[in-house]
Amino acid sequence: MNPLSRQEPYVIQREVKPLDFLAAGETASDFKETLKSLGIPPEICRKASIVTYEAEMNAVIHGGGGVVALELSGDRITIVAADEGPGIENVSLAMQEGYTTAPDSIRELGFGAGMGLPNIKKYSDELEIETELGKGTTLRAVILLGPSDEEVNDLCPTA
Amino acid sequence: MILGDVMKILEAEPLSRALDLDVDLQTAFAADLMSDVLALARPGTLMITGLTNIQIMRTASVVDTPAVVFVRGKRPPKETIDLAEKLCIPSIITTKTMFEACGLLFQAGIQPIRRIER
Repeated sequence: MNPLSRQEPYVIQREVKPLDFLAAGETASDFKETLKSLGIPPEICRKASIVTYEAEMNAVIHGGGGVVALELSGDRITIVAADEGPGIENVSLAMQEGYTTAPDSIRELGFGAGMGLPNIKKYSDELEIETELGKGTTLRAVILLGPSDEEVNDLCPTA
Repeated sequence: MILGDVMKILEAEPLSRALDLDVDLQTAFAADLMSDVLALARPGTLMITGLTNIQIMRTASVVDTPAVVFVRGKRPPKETIDLAEKLCIPSIITTKTMFEACGLLFQAGIQPIRRIER
């Protein structure tokens, strides 16, 4: 099946539970396997998986759980993570590397160091965040299926 | 270098049953911060870490890490090893510290990943 030839968007969604660190990351694994099975190139699967994982961790840690969805349509993959958590007080601050509101218990797991949203931005071609204090946050990240000018090629093994 | 060589150099023990000792490894990345691994690790990069929770395997899986080394002799809990086996990610454990493990592998020719300024 060639996803690019689909007329209807392909959509799957998963619920993520608050503070469930055993299950956190399952959605990212699921989405990656799904994209692989649809014949999406490995580097695109990898980017979508990283974006999903960070968005999922945000919903698990900060959002009181939520819903994470994968939509495959036309030339793009869209990851949507929606929660009904406390919202983000200052989005531009949250986008800065190193800014965090996560407790120490989260840092002991290797997260919560203020890299989540910057990582999502790094691996996305488009990113929108809608947030309202006391109501929740919806993040929408787009990864284009074709090669982009901003391919993540800024890192490579030293020659 | 292959995983079998890495095990000899680090005097490491296997953690997962299905261990492909011929996995080819050219680069490595050492971190206890999984967000840094997600930000920087490239596909094919050996992950060296002192953390042992299940999220280590989730992270290894999403970044396409071919193998994981647990340092400081910290044995991961069952759920981490179970997930390593499910995801077919070879995992080994060494009593060496992260610094020593990195130094030995660097000396043996494993390369770092390095940011190229644009």
